[in-house]
Amino acid sequence: MSSKVKLATIWLDGCSGCHMSFLDMDERLIELSERIEYVSGPYIDRKFQDYPEDVDICLVEGSVSNEEDLHKVCIIRERSKKIISFGDCAVTGNVSAMRNIFGPKECLAHSYEELSDEDSIKEPIDIPKLLESVHAVHEVIDVDYFLPGCPPPSDAIFYVINEVLEGREPNPSHLTRFGK
Amino acid sequence: MSEMKTIHSLEELEELAEVLREEQKSKSRITVCTGVACSSLGSEELAKELSEESKNLENCEVKKVGCKGLCALGVLVEDDKNMYHSLKKDDAKNLLAMMEGTQESSEYILSKDIPFYSKQKKIVLENAGYIDPDSLDDYIAADGYKALFSAISDMERSEVIDEIKKSGLRGRGGGGYPTGLKWSTVEKAIGDQKYVICNADEGDPGAFMDRSVMEADPHRVIEGMAIAAYAVGANKGYLYIRAEYPLAVKRIKLAIKRAEKFGLLGENICGSGFSLKLDVRLGAGAFVCGEETALLSSIEGKRGTPTPRPPYPAESGLWGKPTLINNVETYANIAPIIRNGGDWYAKIGTESSKGTKVFALTGQIKNSGMIEVPMGITLEQIIFEIGGGMALGREFKAVQTGGPSGGCIPRDHLNLEVDYENLKSVGSMMGSGGMIVMDESSKMVEVAKFFMEFCMSESCGKCVPCRVGTVQMYEILKKISKKDGTRKDLALLEELCDVVRNTSLCGLGQSAPNPVVSTLRFFKEEYENLLVESRCHISISKEA
Amino acid sequence: MATKQVKTLKIDGMDISSIQGSSILEVAREHDIYIPTLCFVEGLCAVGSCRLCLVEIEGSGKLLPACTTQIYEGMSVITNSEKLLKYRQMILSLMFAERNHTCAVCVSNGHCDLQAMLQILHMDHIKVPYMFPRLKVDATHDRFVMDHNRCILCSACVRVCDEIEGAHTKDIEGRGIKSNIITDFAQNWGDASSCTTCGKCVQVCPTGALSEKGKAVSEQLKRRSFVSYLKSMREDVL
Repeated sequence: MSSKVKLATIWLDGCSGCHMSFLDMDERLIELSERIEYVSGPYIDRKFQDYPEDVDICLVEGSVSNEEDLHKVCIIRERSKKIISFGDCAVTGNVSAMRNIFGPKECLAHSYEELSDEDSIKEPIDIPKLLESVHAVHEVIDVDYFLPGCPPPSDAIFYVINEVLEGREPNPSHLTRFGK
Repeated sequence: MSEMKTIHSLEELEELAEVLREEQKSKSRITVCTGVACSSLGSEELAKELSEESKNLENCEVKKVGCKGLCALGVLVEDDKNMYHSLKKDDAKNLLAMMEGTQESSEYILSKDIPFYSKQKKIVLENAGYIDPDSLDDYIAADGYKALFSAISDMERSEVIDEIKKSGLRGRGGGGYPTGLKWSTVEKAIGDQKYVICNADEGDPGAFMDRSVMEADPHRVIEGMAIAAYAVGANKGYLYIRAEYPLAVKRIKLAIKRAEKFGLLGENICGSGFSLKLDVRLGAGAFVCGEETALLSSIEGKRGTPTPRPPYPAESGLWGKPTLINNVETYANIAPIIRNGGDWYAKIGTESSKGTKVFALTGQIKNSGMIEVPMGITLEQIIFEIGGGMALGREFKAVQTGGPSGGCIPRDHLNLEVDYENLKSVGSMMGSGGMIVMDESSKMVEVAKFFMEFCMSESCGKCVPCRVGTVQMYEILKKISKKDGTRKDLALLEELCDVVRNTSLCGLGQSAPNPVVSTLRFFKEEYENLLVESRCHISISKEA
Repeated sequence: MATKQVKTLKIDGMDISSIQGSSILEVAREHDIYIPTLCFVEGLCAVGSCRLCLVEIEGSGKLLPACTTQIYEGMSVITNSEKLLKYRQMILSLMFAERNHTCAVCVSNGHCDLQAMLQILHMDHIKVPYMFPRLKVDATHDRFVMDHNRCILCSACVRVCDEIEGAHTKDIEGRGIKSNIITDFAQNWGDASSCTTCGKCVQVCPTGALSEKGKAVSEQLKRRSFVSYLKSMREDVL
């Protein structure tokens, strides 16, 4: 068991499409499971507090948009050997970052006040505060590999994970691109 | 002036000059500096007052003249014996009393033996501060247009170019391209129509040399252009002057009009069949229009953006015709070279850079002003002898030369002999001749940021590296100076310097990184001291 | 007309001869040597503004744009090197970060030259911070849309409108990072009376900045070959 490579995934500000596409690897997941141990992420019932100290590979879906995301990426960077930006939101900010054109205040006002039927809007409590701007993951922490796509096709995901497992530098440009 | 008629030959011109000189000798003259700095201190009012007060004096003439150089000690006034400094606009009566000897004057008298004047060598500025810029008489008395007339009447076109080649003169706009070579390329270029253009779009922060030359001695520029036009075979020329220099524009326009009136410009000059029509075109405030190809687009009435070279303007310039473009100071050197010979000029300066260079000496220095020095003089001599050292008793830190395309040179290189190659070797450049002296209180990251902001807002937007790269660099510099920058930001800044320099379309973009590169070369610790170590690359304090 | 001379040169070590007056790019394309370009459109004036086609020329310290540099006898050109790839990637990063190219939600997703170029140059991420400018979408024209968020200022639309259609409806306003494509006197496109609605600008636009209304993303394929055809027709007439 311990000889297996420890893989984690994490879901920040994204639509979960990348995690769906990961599942589209279908039977290749079985192939992968012989070499990796999935230790943390949305597929299993384990809290982020229990993110292991010695993760080998972590796939990050989504951009860094609020204080919670920021807190989490700093921790996974410390606890993971290789970090892969997983999908366009992580790589470029993508749709999540479109609010950067307007800033969080204007964006919230438009979404929750102007477009709302409610007369009075309550101050939000107990939810993480939005950052001033949405960041691609590599703008916040060092990222080892990039896997663009919206979502990245499962072939590209398999290719990149396989290359990293084999100790090679992946170049997925023949399998995916921004917006794919 | 009223008696003057069209001048047809060199002999007529020389006779007239002799008459005018005799006339001048018989009068004593008081010259009041009305250069940029002195006029802002009220020299126009002082000159007016002096004229009023001296009306009764016999044979005394008060003249408003161009910049006398030592701007830090304005207003400057000179009579036949002495130079007076630090005058105010209402000092006319006192000054006349001092001149008569009835009032103590020692604290106002400026000895011309001080290094500020004695260490200079004036060729371009030989008339500046002595002649009335609006007076053609004054210019002719100072041997004006003699070079043009002797070139037209006694020299073949190729001989003129040979003389310029012999002089070793190089372009004073910053590039330092050999002037004679440029001329002969235009001369050889095939075309029924050729143009000469004077680039007077001086825009470097802290530079005011070309402005001063045009304001103090406009005919000199015109004469230089006319000689060039004769040599390359052009009959039409433009002076492209930035609109922010209204006085220069006014004086140049007046000078052209006067010169035309007396046959020094226009049709059939000196009875030779050579004709030249000069016109002024105004720049609309874009720095990049000082770049040759952008300047041509602007004169043609197009958007002022550069085009890739080759083809060079010498072969395909204004409206596709062979075009000679030189800067104001380059043209201002031409008449003396023709008058005294190329060999005379080549004796001044260093092996690779001949003659003199005009610098605008500014910043935290005692004697700020406009100077002309022989090439090869050391930075130390310029700053500590001519410049009188640092103002406010502070320590020297660096001198910035070459404008936004130049670099900062530190203390270790003060013994550098100023010429094109040497300045390049320390990561700066000659540029048009701005020289900004900085003391210990200057922060080099701020200096780099200032110049980057300049380049960013002056980018024309045509090519990607300059349009976007300068903004990215400016943002990083801003981040670092706010103590938000990380080591990663600094690495990106260095990479961008390389990319913008090597991939931009024109000189503006290619040299935009220079202030960053040179401050990184000599003052890297100032950048490093501002960097922050952080768990992540963005500033959490700012975000949260 | 004088006959044009033939020049011989080397591109990437290959001996090539071509007609005097040709650009490096033209000669390279004749011989199937790929040089990346974004602002170049065959049949329109080359402007050398995107800087992706920069090549190395032996004996010259400077990189020169292949689209505007003419060949000469004995020239030796390198179109691809580690150094050139590094510069091209950074230029593409700068271009991509300048405006809001959110590929996933673009009308040109899948047939955009910018997007494809990122792939061709193996770019899996952008190396500089994004700028996120606030820009307009001009949908006032009956048939076309101009989305400034996706414009790379290549000026192909300006050139085709001027050089081929002869309308000169489009031009560039502003300077530096504030440069922007305008129609007529910076009016809404729908109010630009000089526009002939020919749609050539849409076809030469390399990105989703110019698109046709009423077409699905998969239908937004651009057709560009008409430009050189029209240009040659015009030359024949003149």
